[in-house]
Amino acid sequence: MLRATFKSLLAHKLRMAMSAFAIVLGVAFVSGTFVFTDTLNSSFTDLFRQTAPDVTVRPEKAEAAAAGGFTGSDTRVVPADLVDTLAALPGVARADGDVSDQSTFIIGKDGKVVGGNGAPGVAANYNDAPAADGSPIVTITAGVAPTGPGELLLDEKSAATAGYAIGDTVRLVTSGAQPSVTGTMVGTVRFGESGNLVGATLTIMDTATAQQLYLGGADAFNDIAVTGDGSLSNQQLRDAVTAALPAGFEALDDQQIATENENQLQQGLSFITTFLLVFAAVALIVGSFLILNTFSIIVAQRSRELALFRALGASRRQVTRSVLFEALVVGLVGSTVGLLLGFALALGLKALFGAIGLDLSAAGLVFQWRTVAVAYAVGVLITLVAAYLPARHAAKVPPVAAMRDDVAIPESSMHRRLVGGTALTVLGAGLMVWALAFGGGLPPLGGGVFAVFIGVALLSPVIGRPIVTAIAWPYSRLFGTVGVLARENARRNPRRTAATASALMIGLALVTTMAVLGQSTKSSVDELVSTDLKADYVVSNAVQSPFSATIAAQIAEVPGVTAAVPERFGSAKVNGQQTLVAGFDGDQFGRVVAINVKSGDLQTGDDGILVTDTRAATDGWRVGDTVTVDLPAGPAVLRVAGIIATSNFVGADIVLPLAALEAGGVAAMDSLVYVDRAPGADPAAVSAAIGTVLADLPTVTLKDQKAFADSQRAPVDQLLAIIYALLGLAVIIAVLGIVNTLALSVIERTREVGLLRAVGMSRRQLRSMVRLESVAIAVLGAVLGVLLGLVFGISLQRALSGQGFAVLSVPVLQLVVFVVLSGLIGVLAAVFPARRAARMDVLRAITTD
Amino acid sequence: MSTNSSSAPMPTRHGNAAARAIDLRKVYGSGDTQVTALDGVTVEFRPGEFTAIMGPSGSGKSTLMHCLAALDDATSGQVFVGEADLTSLGDKELTRIRRDRIGFVFQAFNLVPTLTAMENITLPMDIAGRKPNKEWLDTVINTVGLSDRLDHKPSQLSGGQQQRVACARALASRPDIVFADEPTGNLDSVSGAEVLGFLRRSVQEFGQTVVMVTHDPNAAGYADRVLFLGDGHIVDEMNEPTSERVLDRMKSFDGAAHAGQVT
Ligand SMILES: Nc1ncnc2c1ncn2[C@@H]1O[C@H](COP(=O)(O)OP(=O)(O)O)[C@@H](O)[C@H]1O
Ligand SMILES: [Mg+2]
Repeated sequence: MLRATFKSLLAHKLRMAMSAFAIVLGVAFVSGTFVFTDTLNSSFTDLFRQTAPDVTVRPEKAEAAAAGGFTGSDTRVVPADLVDTLAALPGVARADGDVSDQSTFIIGKDGKVVGGNGAPGVAANYNDAPAADGSPIVTITAGVAPTGPGELLLDEKSAATAGYAIGDTVRLVTSGAQPSVTGTMVGTVRFGESGNLVGATLTIMDTATAQQLYLGGADAFNDIAVTGDGSLSNQQLRDAVTAALPAGFEALDDQQIATENENQLQQGLSFITTFLLVFAAVALIVGSFLILNTFSIIVAQRSRELALFRALGASRRQVTRSVLFEALVVGLVGSTVGLLLGFALALGLKALFGAIGLDLSAAGLVFQWRTVAVAYAVGVLITLVAAYLPARHAAKVPPVAAMRDDVAIPESSMHRRLVGGTALTVLGAGLMVWALAFGGGLPPLGGGVFAVFIGVALLSPVIGRPIVTAIAWPYSRLFGTVGVLARENARRNPRRTAATASALMIGLALVTTMAVLGQSTKSSVDELVSTDLKADYVVSNAVQSPFSATIAAQIAEVPGVTAAVPERFGSAKVNGQQTLVAGFDGDQFGRVVAINVKSGDLQTGDDGILVTDTRAATDGWRVGDTVTVDLPAGPAVLRVAGIIATSNFVGADIVLPLAALEAGGVAAMDSLVYVDRAPGADPAAVSAAIGTVLADLPTVTLKDQKAFADSQRAPVDQLLAIIYALLGLAVIIAVLGIVNTLALSVIERTREVGLLRAVGMSRRQLRSMVRLESVAIAVLGAVLGVLLGLVFGISLQRALSGQGFAVLSVPVLQLVVFVVLSGLIGVLAAVFPARRAARMDVLRAITTD
Repeated sequence: MSTNSSSAPMPTRHGNAAARAIDLRKVYGSGDTQVTALDGVTVEFRPGEFTAIMGPSGSGKSTLMHCLAALDDATSGQVFVGEADLTSLGDKELTRIRRDRIGFVFQAFNLVPTLTAMENITLPMDIAGRKPNKEWLDTVINTVGLSDRLDHKPSQLSGGQQQRVACARALASRPDIVFADEPTGNLDSVSGAEVLGFLRRSVQEFGQTVVMVTHDPNAAGYADRVLFLGDGHIVDEMNEPTSERVLDRMKSFDGAAHAGQVT
């Protein structure tokens, strides 16, 4: 029995390979995701390990800032005399003061920023303090240490990328009081042991210069690195240091620093992991349809053989198991290939992230047994689950069938399917309506969408038939008998046609949902800019990191500018909950952006906050209430000055006045500056004058309303492109499903094909018959998918209308293109099966049994 | 339409019959499309006997065999294989009976195309998870004369050779009874004679019980006994048949039944 199964598997290599391909893609995604994120994780962990000294002393951080990471930098410092105090403690070998900054970018010889795209531009003072593992944190690899203002070192890689050699004048942009800085490069450094900065750039200067640039010239440090003499463990050293610290400072050992960093890292990584795994899931779900179909057809074709097994004494269980065994082998092979492909995928991801600034070239791929286990578990499990129904079905073959010519496994009636499918669809639709009409929120909406999805998939054999008839309506007119035959072929096995089309349906439903949401976002952006943005210009930083507050001040001085209003962002614990907060002065901001004030007003003073109505509702705040906000320096008690409607320009649920942020220890760095022009001023002259202010800062750009809208739409397009590319995989799997079904149908209809040929059908006619059937199936999937996607997209847009999707916009042309493309996909999918049908030998075709 | 009454003259000895049917009825379909394929058949097959079942096309020969061989269930009546009453058994027990006590030879050979001749022969034992008896297997293989073809796939064998493989498969597990449905229907006369000769020898030399459905009077000539079926009834029986006597008997059937006969 096992042998017979095995041989059957070998005999059906090609079709098995095609269904295995679905598993290969899904598993490749899963394992690629794991390998890549493990690699990222270990690169950063390495980095952290190479950076943390034995004990770090710093101003005490509010719990929120330590756990969640405050995105603005901390302005509070450690006094310089503490360094000597600590160095004199017993068990301490040395103590070194560190000054550092995360937004100092190197401008290359070509005038372009080196790195960027989210990776920090690190600047630090020079010292040769070692990390906890004893290795130097930075090593000078060429030249000498910087000794005065105007001397600096760059890391080797950034120097090479920027095109600087020792002796060259280097330009920097900083977020400090002095936004543009130049200096002479006097050498290069290597960071840690490997020089792996994961895309960040590193500039080193002497301590006095760093203090001048980043600490306003104060003789102080951001933190102090304490190195033990080896007589104490790092924990003991930490306790000894803590005992010697004045109030307001804290000491952390290397493990604590590493944990803190890793917690932050995990938050960042979990997004990437989730994103990629969602696509893996889509690929696997679509793939399971392909597997289910392939196995159903193989079982149908082998029914005579299976009946023979039954006649010769095989039990139902044995028949089921033999089919499942085939699935097991397909799953194992698919998982293995998928795992290997996953490594390739991880390499690709690494290169991709390298291209956008997260340089991992120094890191080797990290391979964990967990990845292998998950890959096989997922691959094999999905295959077995998908093959289970066909396997169960196979056991229903009556033994008598072995004696008959017209073998057919009895089909269970469509009745249960019809009832179940209708019930699910109605239930799902009800849930969606309820969620939309009564504000049930996203979870019930998602549940409804899922139920409708499954319901429609179940119903597809029933609803698919009339749709196929409609799609193939012009066939008989255009293609005569060939068209009629193609239409009937597409209709004769509704389950098979539907299952094949369902795979494409899922892919296209997702694509359409994304297209609707994407288009709505873009329209919403346009709408928002035209209605809410009162400012004439927006100044922002191209590398998504904040810039010096002096820029806003300088722009305000430009003749013809009536207002230059800065906005900042940070993250803080508000009323016990980690929250993104915006910083601006309400009365100023109201002049450049339309804000819908629900109650209170925008006059916040220095101690008033603005909150959105949604957040006010969840936390039960009213105007005049007091709210505690944990800032780096500690908790600040502020009062609610105004309740406003959610706005994309505000971009956060809580707004703090700039003074409150600065008092709380958040560096004065702006993310955006809104600029208003005097009514009579010449636009060209004003923008030219602002341009002069920004001339030294290639990372900061000035945009008028139109350019700003364009720049806000661009990321939507980029994200859509990535999502389309990933969903494209699901579509490829679906296409393979069509190829598989058609190829198998052609083999199954060998006798019929032979008959058609015998009565005079030409090869060309035969090919177009197969092609037309394929087009009908593909368009069926596309139509169902686009319809479902429209429903899902529109309801999601409705549900999210308050969150940047205010305007519904359906990309009709794009959807039509999807359907037409699907038809073309149908033509493509038919190439191989059609050729196979046309090649069939007439005689063999009519004599085969 | 048979002129005979539904209770055909049948011996009703009990005890050591290899298989028997009592008042067996089989009805296909329902309502307008209802067909009574077997209409109260009572029959017995003695161990070590070679029985041929003959009759015009559509008379119910195949149906009778399927019911006797636990491939299909009866509408009413009883079927015994040995002492086991098939009508009272569930799928599990029926499967076991097919596996352990019954062998089949089909008109269309029904070999698994992906397996070699040898693998096809041992397939029933494979399914049962049993080791074939080496000696017996050699005996069977030598008797069918296939020793040099065992590694061939069915597609590399002639029709006669394929059917001999099928015969070997039916005998290899030493079943109590072998059923053959028109085993020579797809063969030329020389190959057909080989297969029939082999079935005959298995009865003579190994004491095998064989039940064979056939159209061919020559084939019936190899049997110990011939049962004539007409319109779902047993209409006659002949012991020690020769092809001439069988042919004569068939000619004496009424013309209507004759007309439907396919050869
Ligand atoms: N699966 C079936 N469904 C309906 N009618 C059947 C089926 N199998 C056989 N019959 C009918 O039962 C009668 C006996 O058939 P069968 O036993 O195959 O005859 P024979 O083998 O003698 O030619 C015929 O009328 C045939 O049409
Ligand atoms: Mg028959």
